[in-house]
Amino acid sequence: MNINATLLGELIAFIIFVLFCMKYVWPPIMNAIEERQKKIADGLAASERAEKDLQLAQDEAAAKLKEAKAQAADIIEQAKKRASQIVDEETQRGHQEREKIIAQGHSEVEAERNRAREELRKQVADLAVVGAERILGRQIDAAAQSDIVEKLVAEL
Amino acid sequence: MAGTGEEQTVSGYIQHHLTNAAVGEGFWTFHVDTLAWSVGLGLLFLLLFRSVAKSATSGVPGKWQACVELVVEFVDSTVKSTFHGKSAVIAPLSLTIFVWVLLMNLMDLIPVDFLPWIAQQIGAMMGHDPHHVYMKVVPTTDVNMTFALSIGVFLLMIFYSIKIKGFGGFMKELYAHPFNTPWLYWFNFILEFVSLIAKPLSLSLRLFGNLYAGELIFILIAATIGLWQAPIHFIWAAFHLLVIPLQAFIFMMLTIVYLSMAHEDH
Repeated sequence: MNINATLLGELIAFIIFVLFCMKYVWPPIMNAIEERQKKIADGLAASERAEKDLQLAQDEAAAKLKEAKAQAADIIEQAKKRASQIVDEETQRGHQEREKIIAQGHSEVEAERNRAREELRKQVADLAVVGAERILGRQIDAAAQSDIVEKLVAEL
Repeated sequence: MAGTGEEQTVSGYIQHHLTNAAVGEGFWTFHVDTLAWSVGLGLLFLLLFRSVAKSATSGVPGKWQACVELVVEFVDSTVKSTFHGKSAVIAPLSLTIFVWVLLMNLMDLIPVDFLPWIAQQIGAMMGHDPHHVYMKVVPTTDVNMTFALSIGVFLLMIFYSIKIKGFGGFMKELYAHPFNTPWLYWFNFILEFVSLIAKPLSLSLRLFGNLYAGELIFILIAATIGLWQAPIHFIWAAFHLLVIPLQAFIFMMLTIVYLSMAHEDH
């Protein structure tokens, strides 16, 4: 258990070992570890980013889908409205047409009736004149007695 | 007991196991076994770790690389949690200390008679008296080994203290610390000098004491208990299995603590 020159030998060996470890062992291993740590950190960050991107894309797709659905519903709604509008318009036009045709018919009938009445009146006036001629036995100057005839006709 | 040629006794057996294979005289004695085993284990450490360092990939690591990286990261996180400066030395130094001391301590788990017996056979074949062939296989049970480590750390402590605080700052830490009054400077110096010297001393003696005691108990079990020594060896080995990495870790941890204290500027 005595101290002797072995100590010096061991001290020299110790220094050489530490120097060798410092130069050729520690740095490459540490570099590899740190590089791998960086790689893993990068990979994790990338995967997180990708996940976020995916979430974003999914959200966007969902929003787009919702928008498209809303648009489609809108278009259908519009089409329905337009269809009912067309139906309404057509119905209304049909009604109007009918009314018009009916009114036309009415006025035609009226005109015909008026014409017939005028005709009848005229014939009645002629008949009255003829009747009066027969009663008086003489010719009545239609022109001269026209005021009477006309009065008569107006009274009919 | 070896040396007299008498029949082996218990104390002789123990004495034989606790003697280093030495070359030289006086101070210039070299413990060949300590040197060979420690340098061999140090080279084994560097070889194993260098093989990873050479082919280190930042991609998917192989099994051996993952294992080495586990150790490196463990040391790195320990250093980072204790030492907050920037130093290219402390982390590799800690790794070297931890793995080297661990490997040397692990030699303690090899059955006590195994390697010395082989050495004796080789010695006998080479024509030596087997009783004179010594082989102490656990380098950390040699104070020269543990003192070499702690003196290396101590030199670094002083180097960094002077580098960070300057020579004046380092000296001031020695004499002006607990009581900052000039007439007590001599007292401060005694206190601080003792605590400074105590650091490497306790560092090396702790490791030496733990491993020497462990080794001694293995030897005692082998020397005194006959047939039933195997289960007792196993029990002590299982217990010692905790001491081996713990002492390596403590040595590394205290090295980091002392060096970070040396970096602190008051």
